[in-house]
Amino acid sequence: MTLSLLLEQALNGIQLGTMLFLMAAGLTLVFGIMNLINLAHGSLYMLGAYFAAALQQWTGSFLLALLLAVPLSALVGIAIEIVALRRLYERDHLDQVLCTFGLILFLNEAVRIVWGPVPLRMALPASLAGTVELPPGFPYPAFRLAIILAGIAIALLLYLLIAKTRLGMLIRAGAADRAMVGALGVDIARLFTLVFGLGAALAGFAGVMAGPLLAVQVGMGDEVLILTLVVIVIGGIGSVRGAFIAALLVGIIDTFGRVLLPPALAQIGIYVLMAAILFWRPRGLFPAHG
Amino acid sequence: MAEALLAADGLVKRFGGIAATDGLSLSVEEGELHAVIGPNGAGKTTLVAQLAGELMPTSGRIRFAGADVTRLGMAERARRGLARSFQITSICPDFTALDNVALAVQARSGHSFRFWRPARREESLRAPARAFLDAVGLAGRAAVPAGILAHGEQRQLELAMALATEPRLLLLDEPMAGMGPEESARMVALLGRLKRRCAILLVEHDMDAVFALADRVSVLVYGRCIATGAPDAIRADPAVRAAYLGEEVG
Amino acid sequence: MAELPAGAAQTARRSVIPRLAPARLALLLAALALLAVPILAQLLDQPFYLRFATRVLVMALAAISLDLILGYGGMVSFGHAAFLGIGAYVTGILAVHAANAEPLLLWPVVLPGSDNAFIVWPLAMAAAALAALVIGLVSLRSSGVHFIMITLAFAQMLYFFFIALQKYGGEDGLQMPARSRFGAFDLGDKRVFYYLVLALLMAALGFCHRLVRSRFGMVIRGCRQNERRMRALGFPTFRYRLCCFVIAGALAGLAGALLANSQDYVSPADMSWQRSGELIVMVVLGGMGTLLGPILGAAAYLLLELVLGGWTEHWAIIFGPLLILLVLFARRGLWGLVARPEAAGG
Repeated sequence: MTLSLLLEQALNGIQLGTMLFLMAAGLTLVFGIMNLINLAHGSLYMLGAYFAAALQQWTGSFLLALLLAVPLSALVGIAIEIVALRRLYERDHLDQVLCTFGLILFLNEAVRIVWGPVPLRMALPASLAGTVELPPGFPYPAFRLAIILAGIAIALLLYLLIAKTRLGMLIRAGAADRAMVGALGVDIARLFTLVFGLGAALAGFAGVMAGPLLAVQVGMGDEVLILTLVVIVIGGIGSVRGAFIAALLVGIIDTFGRVLLPPALAQIGIYVLMAAILFWRPRGLFPAHG
Repeated sequence: MAEALLAADGLVKRFGGIAATDGLSLSVEEGELHAVIGPNGAGKTTLVAQLAGELMPTSGRIRFAGADVTRLGMAERARRGLARSFQITSICPDFTALDNVALAVQARSGHSFRFWRPARREESLRAPARAFLDAVGLAGRAAVPAGILAHGEQRQLELAMALATEPRLLLLDEPMAGMGPEESARMVALLGRLKRRCAILLVEHDMDAVFALADRVSVLVYGRCIATGAPDAIRADPAVRAAYLGEEVG
Repeated sequence: MAELPAGAAQTARRSVIPRLAPARLALLLAALALLAVPILAQLLDQPFYLRFATRVLVMALAAISLDLILGYGGMVSFGHAAFLGIGAYVTGILAVHAANAEPLLLWPVVLPGSDNAFIVWPLAMAAAALAALVIGLVSLRSSGVHFIMITLAFAQMLYFFFIALQKYGGEDGLQMPARSRFGAFDLGDKRVFYYLVLALLMAALGFCHRLVRSRFGMVIRGCRQNERRMRALGFPTFRYRLCCFVIAGALAGLAGALLANSQDYVSPADMSWQRSGELIVMVVLGGMGTLLGPILGAAAYLLLELVLGGWTEHWAIIFGPLLILLVLFARRGLWGLVARPEAAGG
């Protein structure tokens, strides 16, 4: 493997990692604070991609599609939270798994009805359609680089939000001890809705950015869901920092696995990683709860 | 000199920067009822968790029945005769009271890799279970699902389950928590009857119970034992009064 | 064919207080209905009903095996379909090798292919049990959501492994060259196969019925209710739960062998995580921790899939919300509607 190939795959791994981080951050927060397993998180990613594809076709602009699709995804997320998921906070995990499984079935089918079974294609935005010349002297797709930069920017924003703002303090407190936060007189329902909306926005954003790279199709949410679940379990449930590190780890291992290993082993690499980490640290790398 | 049945030596348990148990040494002799008292936050429940094997101490040793059990888990210690009741009632709510105690009896009668005979028809399990329920005063409630028993009855059930494992030492973590005066008096009478059957380490807030039952009392403050002795001696000890009984009055 | 849920609903309407009579009556009706299916199918000249009923019975067996660990053991495994798939693949692979008369090289052993049910089906169960042992050893150290995730992870590993096996069809799956040979019985005869599956299901049901009431069963059920308490009593809970996990895996392996035969086809889709999810739905829909519930659940689920699928190809849009409503409002499932379960769990 040449150096430039190595670097390219490393960057691809990081790009996958940042996408997974966008998904995982929302999911781990929802899980950590509301103790809710939300399998439908992947569906929000799918919706983001579909909204963006439709909006891009309608307006002709990727940027506009992005700016509209993300809030739309957040709104759908909030709607789902209010209508369906609120009742699940008190239920056990099995009930949550089943309900959100039902939600996946519903959303997948709804999308299939509205947009049909044929995958949609999204065009790369003109400004990012080319390649960028990176230091050792090899070209890398500009769009993928944009994803990496956007992901890092969002990670920084999240860090600032969680570490430096009052909302962030509530989030950290909630992840560590949900009952206490309620006892402190915080409007729990609003906090939950806000966190859920944030997660939905992140998922939608990931979906929009994934759109031009992958085909926008009905099953896309399921695949990314599994990877995201693996990420948050490895990172430690409730920990955004854990999600960041785990996402990069998973992204890189999965990418290099596909390149280096025979097909039979390539896909299972991250599962072996997860099993190994859970064996050594049954609660993940950085569990939020004590 | 006979070795104590249970001996905790220099136990330390840290959570992050805080030492919930800070160099605690304690012993329980065969057949004695040893009470542990202390203000809230003194680390009593942490102590019980370490003695029972639910928490591993950061440092220190625990010896039970002549063997070092520091690294052994809860199940292993239970098999060696160290039974416990929980501060927050811990039973199998869907099983009847009798089922619960029968399980405890079953735990002591060999392995449970028996797949065919219905356990509920095994008199070798049910008869002793009924006897233990009777001993704690729950004979009439045997067929009631444990989850719907009254709070006091559930505490009695916990005791029956602990007894059914035929322990050499019983760790009782606030058995009278949440009980009214009548129920407490019943529990005290019950514990009095049980006193000679096995050694008991009793963690309690209820001072009447403690001073009525205990052979020895240890006082815990900030994770260490500041005094051990006969109840009257403890009552009179000025350090204890200041740290604990004084707080209650003031 | 549709008499199973209908009969049960009828008896529920008829009387509410004495719980023994309606449940027993429902069971009797159900047993008769099951026995009569092949005859009915012949009379109505609808061979499809027989195929469908056979599939229901096979999935019912898989659902019962999941109920052991989920309903009774409280272990939410999101990878149970993996054991189903292993059983199916062992059956299919050995059948293919038998048909081509080439031995299977599994270093250091050279296995001839086989289509003899008395060899292959126990092997399928053993393979699934072995997988359950390995997976259980690693997974059962975790609990709660971590357990769900790690069982999912292992199932995914196996799923991708079988997809990558190009020799055995990869993603497209494997055709069964012929059904297993079961002594003098011709399993190619759909009626014979149906009765065999029914017999095996009843045997498994009987076995599980004894199991959950035995000493072992009491330990497992105690662990579901309060694992910490069980350890405090002195039970080494890990080994019992692992044993239960392995037994459930073996039963699922048998279901897999039967599945391969009933479909005449084996595919990785049979061990996807969606399939694991469906199994959980069947158990919960029917009624967790009841053994009979999962049979109802499998029937109801597959019927729903069939009927809704007949109305519209977009049946999932109805089924999704239905599932949500079920979980929110009818948590004890269908069996919970028919028979008031004993408080102590029977």
